[in-house]
Amino acid sequence: MGVPPGRVTSGAWGRALLRLVFVLALPAVLVAVWWAASAGSTNVYWPPLRTVFGVFPDVWTGARLRGDVLPSVLRLAAGYTTAAVAGVALGTVIGSWRRVRALCEPVLEFLRAVPPPVLVPVIMLFAGIGDTMKIAVIASGCVWPVLLNTVEGIRAVDPVLAETARSYGITGVARLRDVVLRSASPQIFAGLRQALSIGIILMVISEMFAASNGLGFTVVQFQRGFAIPDMWTGILLLGLLGFLLSVLFGLAERRVLGWYHGLRESGRRSP
Amino acid sequence: MKGSDAALGAAGCAVFVLLGEAVPRLGLVDEDHFPPADRIAGALGRELSDTAFWSALGDTLTGWALGLAIAVGAGVVAGVVISVVPYLREVTASTIEFLRPIPSVALIPLAVLLYGTELRSVLLLVVYAAFWQVLIQVLYGVRDVDPVAEEAARSYGLGAWARVRHVLWPTALPYVMTGVRLAAAVALILAVTAELVIGAPGLGARIAVAQTSQAVPEMYALIVVTGMLGLLINVGARAVERRALAWHQSVRGEVAV
Repeated sequence: MGVPPGRVTSGAWGRALLRLVFVLALPAVLVAVWWAASAGSTNVYWPPLRTVFGVFPDVWTGARLRGDVLPSVLRLAAGYTTAAVAGVALGTVIGSWRRVRALCEPVLEFLRAVPPPVLVPVIMLFAGIGDTMKIAVIASGCVWPVLLNTVEGIRAVDPVLAETARSYGITGVARLRDVVLRSASPQIFAGLRQALSIGIILMVISEMFAASNGLGFTVVQFQRGFAIPDMWTGILLLGLLGFLLSVLFGLAERRVLGWYHGLRESGRRSP
Repeated sequence: MKGSDAALGAAGCAVFVLLGEAVPRLGLVDEDHFPPADRIAGALGRELSDTAFWSALGDTLTGWALGLAIAVGAGVVAGVVISVVPYLREVTASTIEFLRPIPSVALIPLAVLLYGTELRSVLLLVVYAAFWQVLIQVLYGVRDVDPVAEEAARSYGLGAWARVRHVLWPTALPYVMTGVRLAAAVALILAVTAELVIGAPGLGARIAVAQTSQAVPEMYALIVVTGMLGLLINVGARAVERRALAWHQSVRGEVAV
């Protein structure tokens, strides 16, 4: 595309440039098309992109970032962390004993199958409409993918590895940390990734129900007040937040699972 | 071994229901917030004999099935096209990575403005959320195609369509099936959410009405129904997966063990 194949370029620079073109070309084209197509738009619901970008700095001022975005993110962090800790702990217990697993499995399958947003009305009964409710909603939805993936991961621990560890006398906390949880960690991270997207959904939903601040609340306020360009900036901001969290998660995962990806790479090179 | 596991599972369910009965009866939680299991069962019975419940269930299933069908169709077509056309995968990678994590509930205000409480509101959310699950799996699946098989097909003079049909599709199918299973679960979540928040007719809207009218046992009964529905969808998706992949190593291996 950018560089015809076969032509000698100045090596690394050429490749980097080509990569940059690949990364940026389509987003640039899409934004340009949106910009051009909406430029003369008189449709109330589809304001020109220029207007949306124009009001963005006015809407998301420092006060609003502190008053709405920060509380949302903090609730998400609290709920997600609670779910991660509880999910891994319970999952380890359930995954380690075959009988416990058989006992719990049908009930867990049912609880997981309940669409998490329907728990918002239930948790509102117990916890009112404060921050506790929102954190509980996020935690109750995020816990299932973590829990079930931990159970699967612990079940799949290589028996040879477990035996070897035993014969070397690795027991107790060391066994749990270095053998069991470590070899289950790729599965646990798969669960954490699923939980992240559920967490964002629940963060927004719980704020749409009953709240006095937060991203979900603000976006719905704009929509009800027919502040359409403002609403669009909210949608864009939610999108950016989702993207940002997913990038952060990817970085954390690469750090923690570096050994695992390395193993797979080398396995692929020398089959 | 299998039989004793099933018995343990049944015992677990029984304990779960008994706890649901005992905890409110013993006054550990407020009965107004969490009614005993028998009152929830009673409410469930009343729901099942109500025609409005069945039409709500029909609405939810319609939104789910239509949305899932559109998402799977679009995801498979887009995934195959992106994989087959040269350079398209490199060019689209950043855009897909950007759009995928955008929470579909961010589109709720837009859906409300555009379509109100119509079915199309539900479809907008369901399709957006489920599409990515399928697309990503198709992309992974196509990447898994054996280069030797691909070269062989080429040297036998198979055209592009025949290569997609005989080489690419069978390799990608297990991934596609995983994507469909994930998408089916996500589609139910979003269908019920859209009804709950936007008020489009369906089980979600019925839950919202039960909540605002303080009909607590009915609310729990409806939530149990959505859970059952989710369970059925998971089990059904697994069954379809096994049937479609009966020839595949992963499934044949599973049966043999």
